[in-house]
Amino acid sequence: MGIAIPSQPLRPPQGRIGRLLHNERLILGLAGIVVFLAAWELGSRAGMIDRSFFGRPTGIVEAGIKEVQTPRFWGDFYASVTEFGIGYLLAILLGVPIGLAAGRFRRLQYALDPWLNFFNSLPRIALLPVLVIMFGVFGPGAKIAVVFLGAFFSIVIPTMQGVRTVDRRYVDVARSFDASERLLFRSVVIPSTVPFIITGLRLGIARALIGVVTAELYTQTEGIGVLIRRATELRQGDRALFGVLIFTVSGIVGVEAIRRVEARFQKWRPMTSLERR
Amino acid sequence: MQAGLALEARNVRMEYVDQATGERLLAVDRVDLDIEEGQFVSIVGPSGCGKSTFLKIVNGLFPATDGTIELRRPDHGVAHAMVFQDSSLFPWYTIVDNVAYGLVCQGVPRKEAQARAKPLIDLVSLTGFETKFPYQLSGGMQQRANLARALTVDPEILLMDEPFAALDAQTRELMQAELLRIWNEAHKTVLFITHQIDEAIYLSDRVIVMSARPGRILADIAIDLPRPRKLEIKRSPDFITYADQIWSLIATQLKSHLHEVQAKPGESVA
Repeated sequence: MGIAIPSQPLRPPQGRIGRLLHNERLILGLAGIVVFLAAWELGSRAGMIDRSFFGRPTGIVEAGIKEVQTPRFWGDFYASVTEFGIGYLLAILLGVPIGLAAGRFRRLQYALDPWLNFFNSLPRIALLPVLVIMFGVFGPGAKIAVVFLGAFFSIVIPTMQGVRTVDRRYVDVARSFDASERLLFRSVVIPSTVPFIITGLRLGIARALIGVVTAELYTQTEGIGVLIRRATELRQGDRALFGVLIFTVSGIVGVEAIRRVEARFQKWRPMTSLERR
Repeated sequence: MQAGLALEARNVRMEYVDQATGERLLAVDRVDLDIEEGQFVSIVGPSGCGKSTFLKIVNGLFPATDGTIELRRPDHGVAHAMVFQDSSLFPWYTIVDNVAYGLVCQGVPRKEAQARAKPLIDLVSLTGFETKFPYQLSGGMQQRANLARALTVDPEILLMDEPFAALDAQTRELMQAELLRIWNEAHKTVLFITHQIDEAIYLSDRVIVMSARPGRILADIAIDLPRPRKLEIKRSPDFITYADQIWSLIATQLKSHLHEVQAKPGESVA
């Protein structure tokens, strides 16, 4: 007799346990969160974790409910949203076209490259004091500028690289059919650059949020960052962490929004094995 | 240009500068070629012999360094259209938009271009796949769409750059038979590039054999096999005689090239 290679019949997950195991990714993820929150809450109630610094989960919820009923909170919230919105939008409106143009025209890229490298290597936050002097400490000018600088370079650089890596074959196809420069751009350059632009937008959100927080902590005029600082100084850990939570949720919402935009543009792409669960 | 010709190439030369070494290299040398209207002509040769380069010169993708190429001025449609190698369909366009692309390039509105692409989609047997994306199609189907895209602009001469090279052997055979069927219906002049000798003989009225780089025309062989041709013809004695003749021409090229490569380290080659 030879060596037997065992066979195994194909069986879909069956019964309650089988279905549970099928969703183990979700279940274990939730379990991790629940265990962490419970340990935090219990540790705080047992006095092992200092509530004035670290808060506690139920305390954060209570502080949040109280906070949203004050007009001052909405003033701060509105200020942060404005800074983020204007700065990020300006970064997209300038970053995408400049990135496309610099990727398309070699000479423009050569001219811009030193500046892009310079600003990209520079921690933009270091410019904050200078910007405050330029724009004044009151008003949103300096804060918007920091948000803009953070997001702009994250968007312009991948966009430019995207245009430069357009597949030669597709350009040849367009040229062989005598496509106009405009049609070449619309039918080949833009579609192949979209994934790069999306990556830029995603990086840009994180950079823009860092800009909002830092600028607010520094200028101390208004905004959710100021709320965090005020609460920390008053040893109100719950309230400070509620502010942090707002930034976290904003980040998640922003990234998810971009993921949806991406899905709309990427219907034509087969799912990779990494994306399939 | 002589009457009845679809293409007339005289003394075509193509030199280029190697970006890495700065050397001037000769890719195509003194190519003279006449193609009669409606003829199916293949160019075979060892890989890297400049046959694709010649095709791209005809297609206007880059200029020859010397010589002239004349194409028949079309009464309708365009002078030439190219069927590219594998996966040159735009992955972000549906099949119908890909096939209609050439018309859109001419300024035809998208809806009208799609409507005019439809008969070509039917001709290449892709009916029902109009709204699919290229990744949802097999390699053979993608190349059918590629062919339809070129036919949609109604070219005088169809340029085909190793269109079946990436297909598996069985699909390739079927696509060759399909191409003959479509050629028969569309009445086009075809200039076909391949490194497959049997593919060239099976499809063509004439097979041009090119030398190793720099590409020169070694032989111009008329294929006197009856049409329509079935795939079985590949096993007929006449077919095999043609194949042997062409193979021996190419083999001498490959051998001399091989010796050159082996001789490089300074060892003597027997």
